[in-house]
Amino acid sequence: MKIAVCIKQVPDTANVKLDPETHTLKREGVESIINPFDLFALEAALRLREQVGGEIVAISMGPPQAEAVLKEAIGYGVDECLLLSDRAFAGADTWATTAALASGIAGLGEVDLVVCGKQAVDGDTAQVGPGIARRLGLPHVAFVKGFREVDGGRLVVERQMDDGFDVVALPLPGLITVVREVGEPRPPSLKGKMRAKKYEVPTKGAAELGLTPEQVGLAGSFTQVVKVFAPTVSGDRQRLEGPPEETGAQVIDALVDNQVIMLGG
Amino acid sequence: MGVIIDKELCTGCGQCVDACPFEALELIDDKAVVNDACTLCGACADECPEEAITVPEVERAEDERTATAKGVWVFAEQRGGVMPEVVAELLGQGRRLADELGVELGAALLGHNLDGLTGELFALGADVVYAADDQRLAAFNDDIYCEVLARLIGEHQPEILLAGATSLGRSLIPRVATAAATGLTADCTGLAIEPEKKLLLQTRPAFGGNIMATIICPSARPQMATVRPRVMKRGGRSEGRQGRLISVELGPEDQAATKVLEVVQALDDQVNLVGAEVVVTGGRGLGGPEGFDLVRQMATALDGVVGATRGAVDAEWIGHAHQVGQTGRTVAPKLYVALGVSGAVQHLVGMQGSDAIVAVNNDPNAPIFDVAHYGIVGDLFEVAPAMLARLKQLRGQA
Repeated sequence: MKIAVCIKQVPDTANVKLDPETHTLKREGVESIINPFDLFALEAALRLREQVGGEIVAISMGPPQAEAVLKEAIGYGVDECLLLSDRAFAGADTWATTAALASGIAGLGEVDLVVCGKQAVDGDTAQVGPGIARRLGLPHVAFVKGFREVDGGRLVVERQMDDGFDVVALPLPGLITVVREVGEPRPPSLKGKMRAKKYEVPTKGAAELGLTPEQVGLAGSFTQVVKVFAPTVSGDRQRLEGPPEETGAQVIDALVDNQVIMLGG
Repeated sequence: MGVIIDKELCTGCGQCVDACPFEALELIDDKAVVNDACTLCGACADECPEEAITVPEVERAEDERTATAKGVWVFAEQRGGVMPEVVAELLGQGRRLADELGVELGAALLGHNLDGLTGELFALGADVVYAADDQRLAAFNDDIYCEVLARLIGEHQPEILLAGATSLGRSLIPRVATAAATGLTADCTGLAIEPEKKLLLQTRPAFGGNIMATIICPSARPQMATVRPRVMKRGGRSEGRQGRLISVELGPEDQAATKVLEVVQALDDQVNLVGAEVVVTGGRGLGGPEGFDLVRQMATALDGVVGATRGAVDAEWIGHAHQVGQTGRTVAPKLYVALGVSGAVQHLVGMQGSDAIVAVNNDPNAPIFDVAHYGIVGDLFEVAPAMLARLKQLRGQA
């Protein structure tokens, strides 16, 4: 089985702190990491390779320094990598991003399965996986939390839904996006890390993907950010202080008065 | 591509660097320099006291759809004949937008045995229901749902399409937007019409909720958005309200490649956090797994469900299905009670949209108090039982 895994370099938001005065991000010293959900995608791909054999290619679109996350992927045990990098890619929305990634994956030859994390923690859109699938004409199942059956021709997966889960058969080639429940990522191996040091990440730009500058980046995007602002905190804030039996009763009374809690009949 | 900085005017004050949400600006030799991460959002230009920054216009090909597309549509998600609450919220919001634009409100309904649902969609405000009722749509498969919905969009050309940011919506709608070759904004918490060009202003949290971004889709139609459940107000319901029903036939080519073998609902390890009206969440302040007994008591008393912070989940005090926050579920219930939750950014992102937030924590400086409507500084093991006792008393059970 040939598996392509999409990964993204993101700021390490887990270590980002909010400025209590301005409610803006304090960014000093924020490192770039592999999007945490993409580690589950990598882990899922590694487990599938263990079961049925094959090859894993990690692919990323980003600036030249995104090479770092692909080298990290080598450390985790993927076979090959591809970086899609071009100044023309800058400012891409998910439409323009999937244009580049779908072309990159199409150029890998016959891929049986594309695996993506459910979303990136900087954008939180969850749009890129399904978008790639449609562009490549592949069926997809999003929010996969487990595997029931794996063979060369199809996967039977568990798809997380708001009210439970579905068991879905996905014929291959196909695409999945995965959630945390697929399995905790293993640590990178020593052997992998050694290989990563020497590994040279192949890079392709827009022209090599057969894309014009109008199809990618800001120019190839349908959506446009027109305003950015700090979230406003709505409603009154009050601090209740005093003995616990008083504050506990006060808050319940306030919730009942404001009809947040209905005492009912 | 990026904003244009006038090096003569730039004083190197750095306000633009702080204002940039995308880390696209830095100071080099006391002058602001822009890098490839720039999205031309203009946050820096607004901030610059010297007016040294200009945002270039991006040339986009005019799309004929912008002139012809008309009408507001809602995707009426259903599973097994049941529509989630968000459909009523979308119809409420869709009705307001349609009235403002002076156009019809349509609802796209896909599934099988849908007879009972069309009347409900009319009652909730739809003028037209486009119903594709077919055995092949009985189970949710992204590919066939996508092709049927994209074809409907192509035929009828709505200017706006809204869908719920549910698991189903967030899987299907990005595929539909790609098939329809248009823009999509995920997980919106605000929608409005810009008066001049009648564009849909789509506001959503970005960067883990630390900033809000307003996004437009100027050159393609429909303007598509998924909308976070429990944010929009549902409209009024008028029983017996009539509308036009347009039945949509599937063609022989409409076949799902994926196949749903089994639908498993409401499992013990699956907590319907997203749909809950009340969420009671426990954090590291509970001190151990047994601390969740108190959380469960509170959840039971308030008819809510149990949530947990990442810290509590990582410590294996409770299952991951309960996790609220960036790597768990995003919730916006009527009432959110946080017991022993300090309020890491990743947690706040997942719950700050709640209507009423109660926080109990013994650390007066805990960030949870910044978002709590009712903040109680104290020992949760004393305050929470007092809350339970008062509830019992008021309900006449004491």
